[in-house]
Amino acid sequence: MSELTSKTDTVVAAQAATTPDAVLATDAGPAPGKPRSLWSDAWYDLRHNWMFLLSTFLILLLLLIAAVPDLFISGSVSPRDGDLTAHYLQSPQMSHLFSAEWFGYDHQGRSIYARVLHGTRASILVGVMVTLVVSLVGGLVGLISGYFGGWVDSVVSRVTDVFFGIPFLLGAMVVLNTFAERSVPVVALALAVLGWTSIARVMRGSVITVKQADYVTAARALGAGTGRILFKHILPNAVAPVIVVATIALGGYITAEATLSFLGIGLTEAISWGQDISSGKDYLRTAQYVLFFPAAMLSVTVLAFLMFGDAVRNALDPKSR
Amino acid sequence: MSIIDKTDAVLEPEAVGFDGPLLDVRDLHVEFHTRDGVAKAVNGVNYSVEAGETLAVLGESGSGKSVTAQAIMGILDMPPGRIPRGEIMFRGQDMLKMSEEQRRRIRGRKIAMIFQDALSSLNPVLSVGYQLGEMYRVHEGLSKKAAKAKAIEMMDRVKIPAAAARVNDYPHQFSGGMRQRIMIAMALALEPELIIADEPTTALDVTVQAQVMDLLAELQREYRMGLILITHDLGVVADVADKIAVMYAGRIVERGPVHELYRNPGHPYTKGLLESIPRLDQKGQELYAIKGLPPNLTRIPSGCAFNPRCPMAQDVCRTDVPPLHPMTAPDGTELVGRASACHFWKETVNG
Amino acid sequence: MAELSKNDEQGDTTPNVSEVEVVEARTEAEEVAALEAPVERGEPILQVRNLVKHFPLTQGILFKKSVGAVKAVDGISFDLYQGETLGIVGESGCGKSTVAKLLMNLERATAGEIFYKGQDITKLSGRALKAVRRNIQMVFQDPYTSLNPRMTVGDIIGEPFEIHPEVAPKGDRRKKVQDLLDVVGLNPEYINRYPHQFSGGQRQRIGIARGLALNPEIIICDEPVSALDVSVQAQVINLMEGLQDEFNLSYLFIAHDLSIVRHISDRVGVMYLGKMAEIGTDTQIYDHPTHPYTQALLSAVPVPDPAAREHRERIILTGDVPSPANPPSGCRFRTRCWKAQDKCAEEVPLLAVPERFKNSDTPAAHESACHFAEEKDVVHAA
Repeated sequence: MSELTSKTDTVVAAQAATTPDAVLATDAGPAPGKPRSLWSDAWYDLRHNWMFLLSTFLILLLLLIAAVPDLFISGSVSPRDGDLTAHYLQSPQMSHLFSAEWFGYDHQGRSIYARVLHGTRASILVGVMVTLVVSLVGGLVGLISGYFGGWVDSVVSRVTDVFFGIPFLLGAMVVLNTFAERSVPVVALALAVLGWTSIARVMRGSVITVKQADYVTAARALGAGTGRILFKHILPNAVAPVIVVATIALGGYITAEATLSFLGIGLTEAISWGQDISSGKDYLRTAQYVLFFPAAMLSVTVLAFLMFGDAVRNALDPKSR
Repeated sequence: MSIIDKTDAVLEPEAVGFDGPLLDVRDLHVEFHTRDGVAKAVNGVNYSVEAGETLAVLGESGSGKSVTAQAIMGILDMPPGRIPRGEIMFRGQDMLKMSEEQRRRIRGRKIAMIFQDALSSLNPVLSVGYQLGEMYRVHEGLSKKAAKAKAIEMMDRVKIPAAAARVNDYPHQFSGGMRQRIMIAMALALEPELIIADEPTTALDVTVQAQVMDLLAELQREYRMGLILITHDLGVVADVADKIAVMYAGRIVERGPVHELYRNPGHPYTKGLLESIPRLDQKGQELYAIKGLPPNLTRIPSGCAFNPRCPMAQDVCRTDVPPLHPMTAPDGTELVGRASACHFWKETVNG
Repeated sequence: MAELSKNDEQGDTTPNVSEVEVVEARTEAEEVAALEAPVERGEPILQVRNLVKHFPLTQGILFKKSVGAVKAVDGISFDLYQGETLGIVGESGCGKSTVAKLLMNLERATAGEIFYKGQDITKLSGRALKAVRRNIQMVFQDPYTSLNPRMTVGDIIGEPFEIHPEVAPKGDRRKKVQDLLDVVGLNPEYINRYPHQFSGGQRQRIGIARGLALNPEIIICDEPVSALDVSVQAQVINLMEGLQDEFNLSYLFIAHDLSIVRHISDRVGVMYLGKMAEIGTDTQIYDHPTHPYTQALLSAVPVPDPAAREHRERIILTGDVPSPANPPSGCRFRTRCWKAQDKCAEEVPLLAVPERFKNSDTPAAHESACHFAEEKDVVHAA
């Protein structure tokens, strides 16, 4: 009849299967096997997920590039100084490992390879900083409004609604327009100001579900204070969806930074993929590689974070698979 | 909710004049592939139901009673589920060998199922009248109006007060008992030959439970349907069943007519269960408790699965899987319909 | 298990408080001391008087306005005696779980009093409330949601000691937790396991161990075995009975399974729609019920005896329980009662020994809230 079966026995079978206990049977009922927390179960899932392994490898590589880009460039090549006479729009050449010529040279005679590697830092920094700020602020706001409910929740919800109504990029453009010098923290802050609401919403929903659990009631019945209930019982059980949303959003923040830089209201100081894509678009018909390499690097980076987030979601919430 | 198949072709009884049991499950095995290994949920189940008969399948969670029912209905999740062996004969035809198309024609029309949780089995955004009428519109090609009239008739049948007035109400507007009646009405709409009821009253209150079980028994008599009642409640079984199959760790450990089985159980597990439930009519002393826990289905004990919990276990119980022996009276006459999967069933019956 | 017996009364001395606070602290300390005094067996330890809990129904987002109330508990009174088990039965929505929450001070009562050792705990807060919490503990229905999945068993059972550090010094806690595991029949080596590594019955034992940690006097059990398998229910029931004797506990045992309640209870109260319909000893209620609702409830229980099905008289009630937001006038059971007359719609029947049994010595002489109370044995009708 209905496909919405109550799969009681199936569930029980699956539960019994994930629990290496209870083969047998004294009254005490032994549960052999090592202690296994839910986090360690998730870690087990992750370690056996090729998507996670691949994305972790990519992310680690990107982090290393961001930290010391020169490690991957042979010789000392400045990403800012170009030699117009020698290298104006020179095509990519495979000469030797980590050569500055790999990705060719742009219209100012600068090494695209060097620029792409040096641009990693700004992108990753913006992405990570926005994610951190957004998770902390959004997470805290969501935790408070979800747990206390009542008028606190009403006010917070209306405020998040207002922020939610502002188009993300348009809002960031308006904010950034007021700054002449736009460094990494400034751009990150502009994105964070508009981005925290989505995390707050996820956190609030998650907290509202968790706070109804019997173990929270049990803690209250024991006389536990608000701090203990919030940070020992609710937060650890409510944080998983936030981790997932935050990792996936990280890729989005990197794209947003590139978009802003492309439009010319992003980073002013640093080397940015967005700017390079913007200048590359002018040579789309004659020298595609000027556009291609920064764009490809951006795609790979965003993809790595999305895959990472996806793998984390599967591990933390096996039911969503 | 694809409750209903769109084909209108009626399954003609290919086996006209077939006079075996309505449903005959033979040596059914079901397993689930999980991270920690293969969970053997059903390990060689045999049972049959005749028209007009009530078979109660009694067991705890993990005993495989619901999985068996899902295999019969063809609503098992595969994967992770798998049916490595067995036959499910409906009117002499093996449903496991049928095409998906043929099975769909049987599902809902010839065999219907009632679930424990009526609220999640009904579509919350459609009125109950619409959902009931859908059975008639799709299967019998009735017009909207005629289907609604039929729906009201069916709601009357299951004794929903003021059916005509409530036909346009939505599931959440009904109480738990009324929703379960609607589920029964939907199951009965096409007058199936067999109903599988999986814990139909577990979620209901005692007074409502009695109403719903009464209704189900009455309708079953009226339509002469076969009924498989899946439950863990020994009281419910005693009230309505004709015969019982007791399941443990995916096998039937004992079966027999309800009166004889309750009076003199032939398996230590059945005996333990009967002794472990408190009684309403007297205040007992300390309860008898079966020690230990139901087994992990990925690592079912060797020999008899019940041996680690059994007070009568001997060495043979740890090595040999006991077959389902037919039981006989002490003078050697056969006890009709009774069987026990215990090496020491004689001692259990007499002890 | 000598450590677990009740002899740790230190913890309440407050050595270094300033002058101003002393006065206040002393009264509070006295309050606390009063709460720690032992109660004789057979004396009431908990007295509930006219307890009311209405949940307001509201509309509106920012400015909520009240549009009525769900009368979950509507004026109930009972006593819980030291060392006894009082069973509370009733169908879903009758308010029995709300009673548990009120007794645990998890919800604030709308009206009425709960006297614990003579002190009204509905008005308490702060330290005195915390002291009461130590002595009234709870075991929950669902062993799958009542344990924090991200804490080890040791942390779960040890949490009461962290909240009430005066009960056990830090160094002793691990040992205490292991003792508690042993008491409830679990292997003390599992202290570092997580709840999902245990089966339902084992988890319920963990929940019971947590309830026992602070040496409470009263344990409120809200459907403690209804989520467990039949073969495991008996184990847990036996465990709870054993613990009651060992630690001299008083149980308030809330359940819908009438057979289990009879087995474990000394006295039983039957609730219907927020009111107590009938209350008495287990024999009085089960063998000599006088309230029609109790009779219907008892007759509806499926009995695990197929021979009884032809003989037993079944009282099948019509209809469903009315909504507690809009209960019937007069007697709340009248809409489903076969005896109902005009009087039942007009007058609320009081919970008292019925007039006709007042001077008799029969077991039918117990409190019953029915205008037309009469004895009817539905359990042994065969």
